Amino acid sequence: MKTIQIEYFAILRERAGVAAEAVSTHATTPSDIYAELQTRYEFPEQATMKVAVNDEFSAWDTALNDGDRLVFIPPVAGG
Amino acid sequence: MSFRIESKALQPDVWRAELQNPASGGYVSFEGWVRDNNEGHEVLQLEYQAYEALALKEGQVILAEACERYPFEKAMCVHRVGALEIGDLAVWVGVSSGHRDEAFRACRYIIDEIKHRVPIWKKEIYTNGDSGWVNCEACATPTSQDP
Repeated sequence: MKTIQIEYFAILRERAGVAAEAVSTHATTPSDIYAELQTRYEFPEQATMKVAVNDEFSAWDTALNDGDRLVFIPPVAGG
Repeated sequence: MSFRIESKALQPDVWRAELQNPASGGYVSFEGWVRDNNEGHEVLQLEYQAYEALALKEGQVILAEACERYPFEKAMCVHRVGALEIGDLAVWVGVSSGHRDEAFRACRYIIDEIKHRVPIWKKEIYTNGDSGWVNCEACATPTSQDP
């Protein structure tokens, strides 16, 4: 069991109802955690998202370590 | 060369002065303003949110790429976050270079890449009470506050 710090932005923050939370999980990758969260929140399909681990763009199958910081990135719209 | 995120009104005149230098013969800037309409909706207000830690890194990467492609003397990009009204300055890019061609091209490259790659999100609040996150049509139906 590890604890992952998750921060939410944009549509995900609205759907989760919180800006950040610590999640205790057996999941080993961002992809697994996203699937877990989709059972709790009305999150969009993973295919529309990107992911960052410890403030770096990362692959969905990156192996997560205890204490990692995770951010899911919906389609961006700066400018 | 710097990319910044600001929660207060942008001050392009101050930054323009920072880009002035003796080796530059030209300066190009771009200002992105809040528009009162988007895709047929009348927009009342915008709200920008940024994942600041990664946005600052990615913004810096984009400026470095622009400098490699179109060598310039100095460049800066500042993006606003928070609640913005119609006409407010949302993003500013400035580039100074020896000759104008590099400045025009670098400025265009920077704003285009910023819009596509930097983790910043824009929520439009419409005059009819609806709202929606831009570019996120596939992931959300607009939240209606007035059903």
